[in-house]
Amino acid sequence: MAGTGRPRFRSRKLTDKAAGAVFRASSLLSAVVLLGILLFLLLYGVRTFREVPILRFLFGTVWNPDAYGEPAYGLIPLVLGSLLSTAIALIIAVPLGIASAILISERLKGWVRVATKTLVELFAGFPSVVLGFFGLVVLAPFIAHTFHVPSGLNLLNAGVLLGFMSLPTIISVSDDALRVVPHSYREAAYALGATPWTTAFRIVLPAARSGILAAVMLGFGRAVGETMAVMMVAGNAAIIPHSLFDPIRTITSTIAIELGESAFGSAHYYSLFALGCVLFIIALGTNLVAESLIKREKRSFTL
Amino acid sequence: MKKLLTTIAVLAALVATGAAREVMVKGSDTMLNLVQNLAEAFSSTNPDVTVSVTGGGSGVGISAVVNKQTDIGDASRAIASKEISGARANGVNPVEYAIAIDGVCIIVNASNTVEKLTIEQLGQIYQGKIANWNSVGGPNKKVSLYGRQPSSGTFVYVRDEAVKAEYAASMRQMNGNAQIVEGVRADEGAIGYVGVGYAREAGIKVLDLSKDGTKFYSPLDKEAVDSGKYPLARPLFQYTNGKAKGDARTFIEFELGPDGQKIVSDQGFYPLTQGYQDRNNANLH
Repeated sequence: MAGTGRPRFRSRKLTDKAAGAVFRASSLLSAVVLLGILLFLLLYGVRTFREVPILRFLFGTVWNPDAYGEPAYGLIPLVLGSLLSTAIALIIAVPLGIASAILISERLKGWVRVATKTLVELFAGFPSVVLGFFGLVVLAPFIAHTFHVPSGLNLLNAGVLLGFMSLPTIISVSDDALRVVPHSYREAAYALGATPWTTAFRIVLPAARSGILAAVMLGFGRAVGETMAVMMVAGNAAIIPHSLFDPIRTITSTIAIELGESAFGSAHYYSLFALGCVLFIIALGTNLVAESLIKREKRSFTL
Repeated sequence: MKKLLTTIAVLAALVATGAAREVMVKGSDTMLNLVQNLAEAFSSTNPDVTVSVTGGGSGVGISAVVNKQTDIGDASRAIASKEISGARANGVNPVEYAIAIDGVCIIVNASNTVEKLTIEQLGQIYQGKIANWNSVGGPNKKVSLYGRQPSSGTFVYVRDEAVKAEYAASMRQMNGNAQIVEGVRADEGAIGYVGVGYAREAGIKVLDLSKDGTKFYSPLDKEAVDSGKYPLARPLFQYTNGKAKGDARTFIEFELGPDGQKIVSDQGFYPLTQGYQDRNNANLH
């Protein structure tokens, strides 16, 4: 018995070691690739500032690298375009998304719940170019007619579309967060005479706060990084918008529109990598903020 | 096992032969439909050659030629001197062929009462200096500007030929001619510019233009475009690195020949005049 057991044990140990090595290697590889991309982005982005003063890049209010006269590389209109459209998206998607998640996790039962959740997750994988097309031919004329504005290709359209796109992520992740709240919480609330809705809003929702925050952050990431759909509906004029009905140009669309035609090695070419760095910093910043919020949350929650 | 190997060998052979006879064409969105139609017709008589045509804008086409990423670059504007020096630095010698004549059409919503503009008025409108249609004899309606994205040759062409200054920053930048047509059709105060192959659509109106305000010409009038009396008449170009060779050359010769030029007119553009054909011949031989 012992004679057959030992080698098997040894071989198991070996597989265990091998598996550990494979996982370590693959995580190392992805870390190296990520760092490589970041380094590449920085090295290329920084070269912009050999020709463009960094302050003029950061605080300039005109983006016009293909100018008739003097090219201008001002970041402000693009950052505003990205942040404002994302803000509108979140204003729409966060309340709707959390409400839907509560419905799915707390109220729906059995196959209805499974079907709804599957549908939501299916929608998360919807090709953005199709949504962009929807925005172009349905939403744009609708906005133009409803608000009596000349064109529906504007900030509002982009924001609404981005809201649609971040909604599935927010719903799905919030639902998961709500589901892991221990059942004893709900039972305790029922025992005190709370209705199911009161339980959902007053007990389960606050208990799932950090997970829901993570959902919102993922939704933010989806919206700020989206390119195709926004490019199709935002009007793409690089101006500082004064109303919901002005066109905007986001950071991502600018990179997509201009990378193909910028001459390799020109200030224009490098400035697009600098835009990539800015996008990266925005994403990193929001992630760090979210992380610290979640940490603080966890500390206050472990009584 | 043997079966598997044979399958792999056959597949590899297919891939190899497929890759050997492909002509890549890239660039102008204005020319995209036209060149795709030309490519289709060409492939039906040359079934072993695939011509793949993609858009992105003239800037994209020219920079693909400069970076040796395509066989043929489409451009609705002439290559800029800056781009030529970039090409030389990269060891590329761009050679130009005109494949069709286009009159850039200035389009407005069908409900607009304005029928004609001078080039100067057009420039003022696109600079944002004329902001209401009543300044040019139209209704009391705010002008909304539609144009292309900067990688577009038409964007550069209209700016350099008519606007002669920066476009107003409020101009909406659309990703193609068809999108401009859509935008103008839905917007009563709209003005836009598209290639003549996109202008014969319901819901929009093509304006007559004049260089000096005396005589106005329509881009739908072939004679006015051919003679250059229409102010925004331009050739549509293709570029290759050095004189075109091999399949790319056969394709360009097909485009310039009678069958190709017939497709050019079918697509709403104008066939080449003798002057351009002579220039093309000089660049081919």
